[in-house]
Amino acid sequence: MATTTHDDAHGHDAPGGGAHGYAHGHDDHHDHKPGFVARWLFSTNHKDIGTLYLCFAVVGGLVGGVLSMIMRAQLQSPHNTIVESGQEWNTIVTTHGLLMIFFSVMPALIGGFGNWFIPLMIGAPDMAFPRLNNISFWLLPPAFVLICIGLFMGESGSGWTLYPPLSNATYESGMGMDCTLFALHLAGASSILGAMNFITTIFNMRAPGMTLHKMPLFVWSELVTAWLLVLAVPVLAGAITMLICDRNFGTAFFDPTQGGDPVLFQHLFWFFGHPEVYIMILPGFGIISHVISTFSKKPIFGYLGMVYAMVAIGVVGFVVWAHHMYLSGIDVDTRAYFMAATMVIAVPTGIKIFSWIATMWGGSIELTTPMLWAIGFLFLFTLGGVTGVVCANAGIDYSIHNTYYIVAHFHYVLSLGAVFSIFAGIYYWIGKMSGRQYPEFWGKVHFWVTFVGVNLTFFPQHFLGLSGMPRRYPDYPDAFAGWNAVSSFGAYLSGLAMLVFLYVCFKTFTSKEQCADNPWGEGATTLEWTQTSPPAFHSHLELPRVR
Amino acid sequence: MQLAKRLFAALTVFMVAPLLAVSLVLPGAGTAFAQAGAAPGIVAMPKPWEMGMQPAQNILKQRIIDLHDLVLVIITVITIFVGVLLLYVIYRFSAHRNPVPSQTSHHTGLEIAWTVIPVLILVVMAIPSFRLIYFLDRTPAPDMTIKVTAHQWYWQYTYPDHGDLDIESRYVREDEGKPGHIRLLSVDNQMVIPAGKKVRILTASADVIHSFFIPSLGIQRYAIPGRTIELWVTADKPGVYYGQCNQICGTDHSRMPISVRAMSEPDFKAWAAKEKKSASVAPSGGTATGILAVASGFTPQGIQR
Repeated sequence: MATTTHDDAHGHDAPGGGAHGYAHGHDDHHDHKPGFVARWLFSTNHKDIGTLYLCFAVVGGLVGGVLSMIMRAQLQSPHNTIVESGQEWNTIVTTHGLLMIFFSVMPALIGGFGNWFIPLMIGAPDMAFPRLNNISFWLLPPAFVLICIGLFMGESGSGWTLYPPLSNATYESGMGMDCTLFALHLAGASSILGAMNFITTIFNMRAPGMTLHKMPLFVWSELVTAWLLVLAVPVLAGAITMLICDRNFGTAFFDPTQGGDPVLFQHLFWFFGHPEVYIMILPGFGIISHVISTFSKKPIFGYLGMVYAMVAIGVVGFVVWAHHMYLSGIDVDTRAYFMAATMVIAVPTGIKIFSWIATMWGGSIELTTPMLWAIGFLFLFTLGGVTGVVCANAGIDYSIHNTYYIVAHFHYVLSLGAVFSIFAGIYYWIGKMSGRQYPEFWGKVHFWVTFVGVNLTFFPQHFLGLSGMPRRYPDYPDAFAGWNAVSSFGAYLSGLAMLVFLYVCFKTFTSKEQCADNPWGEGATTLEWTQTSPPAFHSHLELPRVR
Repeated sequence: MQLAKRLFAALTVFMVAPLLAVSLVLPGAGTAFAQAGAAPGIVAMPKPWEMGMQPAQNILKQRIIDLHDLVLVIITVITIFVGVLLLYVIYRFSAHRNPVPSQTSHHTGLEIAWTVIPVLILVVMAIPSFRLIYFLDRTPAPDMTIKVTAHQWYWQYTYPDHGDLDIESRYVREDEGKPGHIRLLSVDNQMVIPAGKKVRILTASADVIHSFFIPSLGIQRYAIPGRTIELWVTADKPGVYYGQCNQICGTDHSRMPISVRAMSEPDFKAWAAKEKKSASVAPSGGTATGILAVASGFTPQGIQR
């Protein structure tokens, strides 16, 4: 994006070094790393914390993935009893959703890539608040433990939307539900602290000359995401605090027998929940922009349009929440408004899709593994996006609300959108992060197996939904058997793809080959490629100047 | 409309081709429909390998399908457009065909076009969408009212216009079923409505949130404790219309199906009279509607507005 030069002055005057003074005085060798415990448990280094987040996301994703395999095995044919009770099933469904959102996609895209690359891209030595960064990460493992307790106790069968009364003490009396709610509290606090850190870093620590309008798109995407987190997650925190009080301390915010209102919870939840889906996809947009620009060897098309499309998506994302509640008895005029507002989101999203294609137009495209994932993202996100327009129609929604059509829609934008962008990011940056390049052949195998697998899994779910199959069912009328079987086979194929990914990781980390500082050549113009691979423990001690 | 469906179908067949053959021989896929064929009148339920919405059995679903078909055409065209564009770009501008990349990064005309054209497409979609939701919302002159109260895990149908007749409708296990039993769709007592009449439905719940969903009749609303939601429905012809609870409601969420039988009006009157008589002979134990269903009554969000 921006061309840079390095200051000739030596790095003693570098800002932000206060938290790790031991790095000073080593102009030519900043790689003085602390011991294992100090480095990984008390870490204040943005790269190490980013690595922790990425590892955590892989673990979260694998556990969530195992749950999806169990679910697809159960649904492969009617009459199955792999999952023995409906309650157990509901708990698995709930935990799968929460794990994938809070313990896989968010840690990977925000904590992982955000921590790693925001400072590197804006030319900052570290995040603004390194210790806050450490807390942000270390709130997650206990949250993960709590949610697993909820899973193994089989007591959080409310669906990830947590709607009371099903989630209140009368209908879900076990402590497992409380554990799940506390897990969300911790994960939420982690996100809010992380987001504050991101915003401060991006606003205050950009290298000289890097104005907001010269900032790389990935940084922009993380900035918008951080704002969404800061504004939305506290609303979730409020809602689940009220729910915890309803469950344990005799309040009745959501209990209609005492004047409370279950629909109030839905409003609060979705005021958080809708921005949340953009929180999951926006950083992906950023990654895709970089990958496409790099491998087309062209600057991104319509940079400002891309920036303000993301800002628009973020803003409009806050005023569409009740499209999740068309059936909740809200007034028809209110439904009309939310329908219109929801459709509007298609416009900035369309701008982004077409700008990406225009970036490729006239380029010199190399179909490396990250580029394959990015192109896969473009097509599948479009497909998931257009079914979103169908869902936005309140009238049509009466026939597809809560059916597998919805499941297909949101997996196309998340499982095939956000997750594809995560893989694009991993393949794009793994050489930079680890100093070892991934094996190209196996990366492509991973892509194609995943691509076929996920489409086979989720495309038939559109048909199931249109035909009327409700979601969150452990067993279904026999008529739905055919497409469910296809879907399950697709899921097994996707599971196989995950094993290929683990093999790719193994091959990468055991590779002896040192990755070049900039393996992608002229197309990769952002500041992280000016660093060594892997970057020194402390990077950008000499501030780059952006022209 | 048919074109879009074909395209959609073609896309899928392409994607699932390798496994289609395996799946086709799966046991059980075709049996349910064969059994259902024995029942008189229309039997509206999902069919094996169905790829679109269940056929419309009334004007509500017909209008939903009409709009869906319109939107489906538009989104299919958009998706194919983007797909073809991507393939072309990958082919035409691959590194060996186009070794020197252009550095163009702006084109005001294009950027305006891909902002304005989507807006116009959305407007084309929005107009029928708005018409549809206002049409589906309520009916000014219902012929009768049924109150649907959801319970964990059964449905209760109350007929205020017919002496508060009360029907409890529960799922029937396969081993208890009569001939013609449809697994996870058959119930012991059906909800009965007169065919061709406009029926106002008021949903409420006695415990957690459920959803009253009948795909072929184009209706679905949540049943929420402490709140009454109004909708309306009609069935054009006598027959049986199946649906299912569609909001997670606890362990037996998948075991509270909905079955609506539409009868001719004289048949319906005879049925109501007979049910009333048998109810007065053997009161069904007051049908504990639960605190909320009674408390919410028909007033809060319902007919009085």
